[in-house]
Amino acid sequence: MNNRLGNGWGSRIDRNASMAFTFEGRPVTAHPGDTIASALAANGEWVLSRSFKYHRPRGVLTMAGQDANTLVQIGDEANVRADLREAAQGMAVTPLNVSGSLRRDRGRIIDRLGRFLPVGFYYRTFFGPGKNSWLKLWEPIIRASAGLGTVSLTPARRHYAKETRHCDLLVVGAGPAGLAAAITAAKAGADVILVEKEPELGGALTYARFDANAADAACKLAELRDKAAAAGITVLTGATCNGRFADNWMPVLQGDRLIRIRAAELVLATGAHEQPLIFRNNDLPGVMLSSAAQRLMRHYGVRPGQRAVVYAGDRDGYLAALDLDDAGVRIAAVVDPETEDRDGLSDVLIQRGLTVMRGCRITEAQGNRGGLHLKSVEIRDDNGTATSLDCDLLVVAGGYTPGYQLALHAGARLTSDDSGTRFSITGMPPHVHLAGAAAGLSDLGAVVASGEIAGTRAAAGLGLLPAQDLPAPVQARWRRAVPSQAHPKGRDFVDFDEDLQVKDIENAIADGYRELELIKRYSTVGMGPSQGRHAALATARIVARKTARSLAEVGITTSRPPFGPEKLGLLADTTPERYRHTALHAVHQAAGARMSPVGAWWRPLAYPGTAPMSDAIRREIRLVREAVGMLDVSTLGKLELRGKDAATFLDRIYTMAHARQPVGRVRYCLALNEMGSILDDGVAYRLAEDHFYVTATTGAVERLYAEMMLQKTLWGMEVDIQNVTAAFAAINLTGPHAREVLQRLPGSIDFTREGFAYLDGRSGELAGCPVRAMRIGFTGELSYELHLPQSHAPALWAALAQAGAEPYGLEASRMLRLEKGHIIIGQDTDALSTPDELDMGWALSRKKPFHVGKAATEQRRAMGRKRQLCGFVLPGGNDAGIGESSLVLSNGQPIGHVTSFGHSPTLGKWIGLAYAAPEDAKPGSQIRLRGFSATEIKAPVVALPFYDADNTRQEI
Amino acid sequence: MKIMTCPVNGPRNISEFQWLGPVHDTAEATDADLLNRLFFAPNPMGVLREWWRHTPSNTVFIAERDLTTDEILRSYLKGSDADRTASPA
Repeated sequence: MNNRLGNGWGSRIDRNASMAFTFEGRPVTAHPGDTIASALAANGEWVLSRSFKYHRPRGVLTMAGQDANTLVQIGDEANVRADLREAAQGMAVTPLNVSGSLRRDRGRIIDRLGRFLPVGFYYRTFFGPGKNSWLKLWEPIIRASAGLGTVSLTPARRHYAKETRHCDLLVVGAGPAGLAAAITAAKAGADVILVEKEPELGGALTYARFDANAADAACKLAELRDKAAAAGITVLTGATCNGRFADNWMPVLQGDRLIRIRAAELVLATGAHEQPLIFRNNDLPGVMLSSAAQRLMRHYGVRPGQRAVVYAGDRDGYLAALDLDDAGVRIAAVVDPETEDRDGLSDVLIQRGLTVMRGCRITEAQGNRGGLHLKSVEIRDDNGTATSLDCDLLVVAGGYTPGYQLALHAGARLTSDDSGTRFSITGMPPHVHLAGAAAGLSDLGAVVASGEIAGTRAAAGLGLLPAQDLPAPVQARWRRAVPSQAHPKGRDFVDFDEDLQVKDIENAIADGYRELELIKRYSTVGMGPSQGRHAALATARIVARKTARSLAEVGITTSRPPFGPEKLGLLADTTPERYRHTALHAVHQAAGARMSPVGAWWRPLAYPGTAPMSDAIRREIRLVREAVGMLDVSTLGKLELRGKDAATFLDRIYTMAHARQPVGRVRYCLALNEMGSILDDGVAYRLAEDHFYVTATTGAVERLYAEMMLQKTLWGMEVDIQNVTAAFAAINLTGPHAREVLQRLPGSIDFTREGFAYLDGRSGELAGCPVRAMRIGFTGELSYELHLPQSHAPALWAALAQAGAEPYGLEASRMLRLEKGHIIIGQDTDALSTPDELDMGWALSRKKPFHVGKAATEQRRAMGRKRQLCGFVLPGGNDAGIGESSLVLSNGQPIGHVTSFGHSPTLGKWIGLAYAAPEDAKPGSQIRLRGFSATEIKAPVVALPFYDADNTRQEI
Repeated sequence: MKIMTCPVNGPRNISEFQWLGPVHDTAEATDADLLNRLFFAPNPMGVLREWWRHTPSNTVFIAERDLTTDEILRSYLKGSDADRTASPA
């Protein structure tokens, strides 16, 4: 069968060339420019898919990529919209949700079982017969019978691109209003981007008829296209603006490209969604919107049917009838629900010899054998008298809903007009302008004028036109529509995607759901691929009627981005994962280190070489306790503070006293937040009266730096703060032989016991490298922390190795500090930890009048502590499976948890830190721990540190 | 993505900024109003003055934001003319 119309129809196809593709294995011929759906229609294939729930045959509805009926699969690409995708030579197209073949789908039996599948059935059914029947029995059946495309697990590689653009004005929609707006603003000097979903400019001018005289639209289209070409507008066709985010930040999808556009002004000329009509079997193939019939004829030269009935719910029904008549489609009748002629168009039809039935409604459509295509329609007049007309095409002009989605993303509201049958958009935010059919207009002159006004307002917003000359915003002018009635026998679909009938919505209300949001969740109305474009208005009308409220009171559910489908490939973040290497990274790798990410940094866990990790960690701990080891601590946060207020500033940020800290001395730093909780710790080395070098923990330095910048601004202090974390490397040299190693190296620093005491800081040269050396320690052994410009780090590391130091890793470091009872901020503390809970009252200066968190610390101390960090040892082995985050119980209730835990090779015991009830946290007491194997054990609390209680080892 | 205007660097994407909390009358709370400040944070139906930081340039400044509309009304440096004329939060 060939359904092509003659010359003069089919603006997008090239009749001189042909190609072939297959649909469900059958050959289909197409012309270049055809979509898959138009080529199928030209070949007499009207059934495109089977519906989601009842497996009913479905065909062309909108021809605009706005419905789920036309979703097909092309190879590994799922859910392709057949009415948008251009046909291509050799493509293999298959239908979705079909068991067997599209025409003889085995799933169609479900259509007869519909009464057993009422609205919300999945919430109320499928509980039996057994305990896990849903998972084991019902869900697999439902998954197999309902669904969309098949996702390929081995898809072909595709390249997706992202780009960012800026413009003065973005116009969404290149219909007459959008074109007029873009031209007006561009002429005023604006840099304009125009986004159009279709492959060509013109919108409705390319397919619709605006008056009895069809030539007007063609003239206007040519005029606007010429002006647009001359105005220097950037045009993106085949592109969808998929959302509007704050300050006019818009994602535009064009094929496999995501274009992020920032626009100062935004004009939404998004058109309108034509609405289907509700009657029994309104989903039969052969029933389509008037715009779909016109698109088939004008764009693709496809005859939508042989004998048509046209429902003229608005003026466009009459205009579509004229088009059909021009194309040679026989018209059985034009059905108008109104009793009087409002447009003067029916006379034009009658003069052409066509039948107009006024005051009538479509109540039912009947299909042919198998229900694969429309065969006749039943029409009733106001008296209830029924007429049946044979036809293979029912063209429905059921009114419009404005293209509201982007406007709603921008914060506008969808309200109802006075008659309560339609939606209109109100409350547009600044710098967003509405034009054309989206503003409720249909008359071509008014549509173009509204575009010019929107363009002028945008130009005024850009300062290109004087603001006082602004014309008034266009007021919406709506066309008539008549509410639809429910059919007693059902199959009158409100939502085609989800197979929801009028009674399903009514039953949802009867089940107790009055609000649209709840009705949507219960019934799934509007949740399918068309996202309520055709269901929202009809649903709201039913809810308004059944709950005796107005359409405005019922409203609609909020519209959120995205507007249309988005491929995951476009959303995938292609920026590489960001990580940081210390200056010694290559050295660690060459030494056989096991590297691990710690935050953004890669750090050596241990240097096992070919040995097992546990052996390596034990060996490295012994190395530090008995000889000398070195650890790369370059990840430490490092800050330089200079200026006359530097010491005063530190006094206010940290809890200890720094004002009288001598030059050449190092002091522990503890920072609290306003609530008196521990924020960070580190050390401050006073290099000069007005110069401190401060370290911070790896993870907290960014936060601490920001806090310092805020406090500096707040207090108006003369201090310059630099984050030099990346500029400096740092090596911790520790162990009883540390001093000998340093003394073997040439340099200007006196490392003798007398010349370089505990908590001293010295600057000078070591092995040819400029260093800042601090005698501090995390391990409890004799320790020096050597900070130096990162470019010198490999040289110093090599010199230290030459002098007898061996590297150790993070795992050994964690155990070494645990043996000494030193806390790690963020591991042994949380957002509520106070110094008192950690027995760190010694770190709080009592002399200072102020430091951040001082007042809160005192108030919290007065309230008493609820928990206390304490050390514990396991009496024997760790059969209970104690680990970090194991619960600490008091009277059967969790009171805290284990924060640090491990087996100390030095002590030969399992040791740990845990938060416990204050009364249990005293040495000699016991705490109750629950292991991961759920067994509970008692562990004795011991005094900290676990090792070298008198801290003699760091003093040697 | 929202745009915020840094008083030094001009309009930038909001992802370049860090929120640092509401501006208080005085830097040092007395014991009496400390609890109020900590646990009864200002959440006015209207304009709140807040500390913000433009992270790439490390600029700390004050922004006035309408909490009902999330509109950023203006931003300025501490001690600028705009700051001196602003009403205390």
